[in-house]
Amino acid sequence: MEPTYSSNPDENLQAAEYVEKPESQLKVMWETLRLNKAAVAGLFIIGILALIALTVWLSELMGKQILPYDPNYADMTKSFIKPNAQHWFGTDQLGRDMFSRILDGTKISLFVGVTAVAISLTIGVIFGAIAAYRGGKTDTVIMRLMDMMLAIPSILLAIAFMAALGKGLDKAIIAIGLVSIPEYARIVRGSILSVKENDYVHAAKIMGNKTRRIIYKHILPNVISVIVVRATLGISSAVLDTAALGFLGLGVQPPFAEWGDMLGRARGFIFSAPYTLIFPGIAITITVLAFNLLGDGLRDALDPKSRIK
Amino acid sequence: MLRYIIKRLLMLIPVLLGVSIIVFLIMRVFSPDPAPIVLGQHATQQAADAWRQVNGLNDPIYLQYYHYLKGALTGDLGTSYYTKLPVVKEIMSRFPATIELAFVAIILASFFGIVIGVISAVKKNSIFDNAGMFIALIGVSMPIFWLGILLIILFSGALHWLPSNGRINPLLAPAHITGFFLIDSLIAGNMDSFFDALKHIILPASALAMYSMAIITRMTRSSMLDTLQQDFIRTARAKGVPEGKVIRKHALRNGLIPIVTVIGLQLGSLLGGAVLTETVFSWPGIGAYTVECILKSDFPVVQGVVLLVATIYVLMNLIVDVIYAFLDPRIKYSKKEV
Repeated sequence: MEPTYSSNPDENLQAAEYVEKPESQLKVMWETLRLNKAAVAGLFIIGILALIALTVWLSELMGKQILPYDPNYADMTKSFIKPNAQHWFGTDQLGRDMFSRILDGTKISLFVGVTAVAISLTIGVIFGAIAAYRGGKTDTVIMRLMDMMLAIPSILLAIAFMAALGKGLDKAIIAIGLVSIPEYARIVRGSILSVKENDYVHAAKIMGNKTRRIIYKHILPNVISVIVVRATLGISSAVLDTAALGFLGLGVQPPFAEWGDMLGRARGFIFSAPYTLIFPGIAITITVLAFNLLGDGLRDALDPKSRIK
Repeated sequence: MLRYIIKRLLMLIPVLLGVSIIVFLIMRVFSPDPAPIVLGQHATQQAADAWRQVNGLNDPIYLQYYHYLKGALTGDLGTSYYTKLPVVKEIMSRFPATIELAFVAIILASFFGIVIGVISAVKKNSIFDNAGMFIALIGVSMPIFWLGILLIILFSGALHWLPSNGRINPLLAPAHITGFFLIDSLIAGNMDSFFDALKHIILPASALAMYSMAIITRMTRSSMLDTLQQDFIRTARAKGVPEGKVIRKHALRNGLIPIVTVIGLQLGSLLGGAVLTETVFSWPGIGAYTVECILKSDFPVVQGVVLLVATIYVLMNLIVDVIYAFLDPRIKYSKKEV
């Protein structure tokens, strides 16, 4: 209903209370997302993967064996058993149960994906926000630095970081996190520039709010949905990058089960035992697919053109 | 237009300087000392010191960078720590293989991407559309190296149709003219080596193309959907223009701009993807070699490759922007020409 204004200021104040509070962006996004079957499927798969990862991790913490076999227990007498009733996905070159290793690997992939994105998101948001809000020279310096990083293929940059930092899970997370900072910085900067000139930001400034408060309270909540979309898709590329580093032998070190590392080490048996190369790849693809489905769904939900009334 | 291109080319300088500084910092400041890696763990302290002295690694870092830059400006990128050959030579001997692979991949990706994208848009929500979008989704979700492995398992292992590694049967290698085997063998008129090179390149190029194809498919579909709703399409149809011509001449022509952007940007990212593809298929290109050099701490080579790749990437961006102006006369880059 259109509010009507009276010459009495008190009445106007009362009328203002009837004005609906605008729905938060995230709530609107969620409402639209629920109607998108593909996105819900993605969310469902992510839920299952998270459940597997959490269960494996908790049982490991409590010292209980929940997987059918110990994923890191090597038994050379049992190497290269084809998939059967005991070993659903067969055994690898060291006689380890592939099914158990793949379930175990869920934990690592999700962990790396989420933490790497957390790193790039945090640094990217800070850089992007400062660049957009300060403008001028600060903006130029930060954004040119980001352009330079973008001009180097991310996988090469990640490998170079790994060469500098050394091998291992923690270093892989840092390397993958660092290389995607520019994407977040760019997106955040762009979205902030588009909301920065809104009246409510000017109002907040006039009321004497500090810059940091304006960014966190007034600007970021209005660009959060864009960041959520990017972060969701970012997890899928982080999972892919982790697998790529693992495949090249730079990621998680043995005996721990990581899908890319499993593929890299089984490569020599591509003709003699192809099944050892099938299942880890399926696991990576399903995980990446799930985050892509959810990310695409979120992006559609964000686009006012495709929003279903 | 020329002013714009010159301005953009000038902007290349600070970007490349920056890239070289970033790589220099990562490889020389933060990386472990290369001496024990290059000379082996059993090298004596004196030998390591002497080696560092010869390669200028005992100088302060800013001096090292200065020497490097001075050399780079005269086309001297240093020599490999291992082969002692000039970096430029090392790169040039492997670069054609990567470029050939990337070109075949981008041709495959563009052709199939545009065809599937157009069909999906024209037959929106049909079974073709769903199948096309499913392929595109799988394409962006599948690791390149795993797709390569699957292709090898199927076409080399099970069917024995195509070779799984290398660029060509060494006995059939054509004389070096351009370095591109497909072209060199045609120039020599040697069809046996042309088909052998073609057989070798199909699998790695397909694996490399998949991701880009998926991105191009998606872009084509959404761009075509937008264009097909425009008034001029309705006008064309109302005039009785055959549907095939409406799609090819009216819709695709106009929907091409964002598609060209994506194709141009993909060519840059293909060079990154080549790292993994070349490793899987033992393709003797620059990608797999760079990984090897990073791991062996062969700084000069790594630096040279990264500079080269960054230059190509930035130039590709420029070319894409210039092509824009040709495809859409409304876009002008310089105020004076308006």
